[in-house]
Amino acid sequence: MNGRELSIRRLLFAIPLAFLALFYLYPLTRIALQSLFPAGSWNPGQLSALTDSPVYLRILWFTIWQAALSTLLTLLFALPGALVFARYRFAGKGLFLALMTVPFVLPTVVTATAFRALLGPSGILNEGLMALFSLEQPPIRIEQSLIFFLLAHIFYNYSLVLRLVSSYWAGLNPSLTAAAQLLGASPWQTFRRVTLPLLLPAITAAALLVFIFCFTSFGIILILGGPGYATIEVEIYRQAVQLYNLPMAAALSLVQIGVNFFLMWLHARLGKNNRLGFFSDSRHDVTKEPHGVAARLLVAGNLLFLSLLLLSPLLALVLRSLRGDTGLTLAYYRALGHFDQESIFFVAPLTAVWNSLGFAMVAMVLAVLLGLAAATALAGERGRATSFWDALLMLPLATSAVTLGFGYIISLNRPPVDLRDSLALVPIAHTLVAFPFVLRCILPSLRQIPATLREAATLLGASPFMVWRRVDFPMSRRAILVGAVFAFSISMGEFGASAFVTRPHTATMPVAIFRFLSQPGEMNYGQAMAMSTILMLVTCAAFWLLGRFSTTPTPPNHPPT
Amino acid sequence: MSTCQPVHHPAHRRFLRSCRRFALSLLLFPLLFPLSAGPAQAERVLTVMSHDSFNISRSVLATFEQEHQVTVRFLKSGDAGAALVQAILARERPLADLFYGVDNTFLSRALNADIFAPHTSPLLATFPPGLRHPDDDRLLPVSYGDVCLNYDREWFRRHNLKPPQDLADLLKPEYRGLTVVQNPATSSPGLAFLLATIGRFGEEGYLEFWRQLRANEVRVATGWKDAYYGHFTAASKGDRPIVVSYASSPPAVVYFASSPMAEAPTAAVVTDHNAFRQIEYVGILKGAKEPELAGKLIDFMLSPAFQEDIPLQMFVFPANPSARLPEVFQRHAVVAERPAQVTPAAIEANREGWIEAWTSAVLR
Repeated sequence: MNGRELSIRRLLFAIPLAFLALFYLYPLTRIALQSLFPAGSWNPGQLSALTDSPVYLRILWFTIWQAALSTLLTLLFALPGALVFARYRFAGKGLFLALMTVPFVLPTVVTATAFRALLGPSGILNEGLMALFSLEQPPIRIEQSLIFFLLAHIFYNYSLVLRLVSSYWAGLNPSLTAAAQLLGASPWQTFRRVTLPLLLPAITAAALLVFIFCFTSFGIILILGGPGYATIEVEIYRQAVQLYNLPMAAALSLVQIGVNFFLMWLHARLGKNNRLGFFSDSRHDVTKEPHGVAARLLVAGNLLFLSLLLLSPLLALVLRSLRGDTGLTLAYYRALGHFDQESIFFVAPLTAVWNSLGFAMVAMVLAVLLGLAAATALAGERGRATSFWDALLMLPLATSAVTLGFGYIISLNRPPVDLRDSLALVPIAHTLVAFPFVLRCILPSLRQIPATLREAATLLGASPFMVWRRVDFPMSRRAILVGAVFAFSISMGEFGASAFVTRPHTATMPVAIFRFLSQPGEMNYGQAMAMSTILMLVTCAAFWLLGRFSTTPTPPNHPPT
Repeated sequence: MSTCQPVHHPAHRRFLRSCRRFALSLLLFPLLFPLSAGPAQAERVLTVMSHDSFNISRSVLATFEQEHQVTVRFLKSGDAGAALVQAILARERPLADLFYGVDNTFLSRALNADIFAPHTSPLLATFPPGLRHPDDDRLLPVSYGDVCLNYDREWFRRHNLKPPQDLADLLKPEYRGLTVVQNPATSSPGLAFLLATIGRFGEEGYLEFWRQLRANEVRVATGWKDAYYGHFTAASKGDRPIVVSYASSPPAVVYFASSPMAEAPTAAVVTDHNAFRQIEYVGILKGAKEPELAGKLIDFMLSPAFQEDIPLQMFVFPANPSARLPEVFQRHAVVAERPAQVTPAAIEANREGWIEAWTSAVLR
């Protein structure tokens, strides 16, 4: 690596770091200091409960094991799906990909409704079973249970694992497995000895994201698990808002950040030297039609599972939005346009769609740019500090939304950055959560590119930018797309980050859904379901379009498909 | 590396071009977006900070804006508790001129934090003494709602069961597994209902009530949305015919029905000492940029024009007794004559202890 390239990398890294410093580290430090040292004094007595009471240890332990279990289960279910999507061609693949990312944008209350419509005491499944076996009581009782929220965690994170791993998988050089099979390895041996080790960077990256996600789970556990289960995130909210015990909330936030930082650092350290370099530029379409009974069963089985887990709850929601007291109706959709126009917070449905798309676009572009800069810089570094910086960039994902929202109030409060009541804070908060995602998606794939290729390009006289454009960008294109998709969905779903930020009325689709659900009445419920359906449709269409932009150009010697 | 293709193939160039076009349009989008989202600027701006449930009619606000030549902006800051903490944290450089939505469960916290400036409104004298804070003019009552039991009339009719008339009814064996309440640690109606039980059964008796309620298979939901739309039989397909909600929920059900209703499908239980009255206050923040205008807005909020708008926008009752209730409220709403009593000072002093004791008794 020459000096010029090094300085370019450093410069690139400075951009995401500056963003992080201003919108994350500074507010967080301020709120932690002000909470723990009110008026400059330190009173450790107020935190003694943290070590004296077994409650907090129990909460920490529960948070860790439920996140680990959720991650394991998600991997277990999603990895076969990743194989199917990486290796086979089948009808409706693009649509399936778009559809299965939809859960990511649904507000928790709506997801709960979807699951209850299916599995609840008077859900479709229970009513069917009761009618079939003439039972008195619903046979499936998972309301407020461990199983219910684990299911929801899988529902939310399935597509994350599938997309991240399958995009990486599709980029692996198929001649490697072909060589193994030529040498007499069985398909299982080939998978275990060749494919799995090669996939490890992508699998661990996905696992890490799922783990952090479930670790900081708030609404899902509260609503589907019931109040008997509490994560650290829930306890932070309780301490900060209900009990106004800011020192305790700050201390718990630091514990949460600390645990996650350690894990992310460990992950970064293990992944740092994982550059295997068995890449293919993958402009050849490596997927094939499923041939043989086993392959067909695999594809069909996975699609069936996917439909059952992911699509049937979504379908149940759509049905709810169309079913009134007297049969099928479009009344709820029609009501969206005029029903309570008098309110100053009324949002015309088209405006809500436009605003949501706008915020999501801004957040996506920002997150991709920052993630790309960070990943490019980190991929070239091998020093000891790399793991530290890598883990540091991931922290926003592991930070309690309440804590950060309160941090903004006391830190971004004077010119030139008085952003406390600005609309800009919403996409910024979304970007903060989304860009670690993008980083995790892109980094494994950049590291996969052998240094020799870049060196060869440089030797041939290409400028660093040219090398990036001709080598790095084409080869990580797929990963960038996956990152972009998730950055987009994080913002579309109005993720927790902005729930506790003071902001002007934003009039996005999730905000409208919450407004409907805050008052009783059939029309409110119906309109919430209708708006949720629109949110799903718009998101699905956006993902499908994004997918179109990334389709591999047809290689010259193939007939166009 | 045998699969490497030459980089400058025409198809690839075409692809790169389309990528560039796409990237360009993506970059332009954010630049154009703020233009469409930016607010129109007027000369004077008055900022109101509130929780997410605040609402008002366009036309009502317009009369104030026109009369005083001012634009009123609203900042939303999460639930009632989170909004208040943010207002307290921002005290050195306040975010807004007014804060709407301190309720009596947080009243002492707000007053102790000393973030509000006093304001005397001539209208206040006509308000019922129970709503006014006896010796403090910093927070003024705007609305109130009675947190109480709601039940599904049709369900009780169908099951030939007498609907609950008293909190103690919930402990009867025939009410086993019928009730859903909210967690007081995460929900403001949940806390209000816990306070109702403390007012009703006293500090000595409330935990025993909750232990027996737990034995009678009460379900605890996280918040109002989850309890009402997730578990209540009269809304969506829940399996609990009794829910903790507001005495003004039945008129909302009638108002938001798809077809006209003669009778509300749900009813509220407001018998003596079985409901807790949540009162919402407004106040001028210390250090407000427009304190005088803020005072004008408060006077407006207490006047009939705003007060009569409250029921159908926020589905609570106006604090001003001269405000006329809309027809749907007159026909379907009830008010607790004698709500359970717990003072704000007692709430602030005991909130943590009560919630902890409740959590141990009901959840652990």
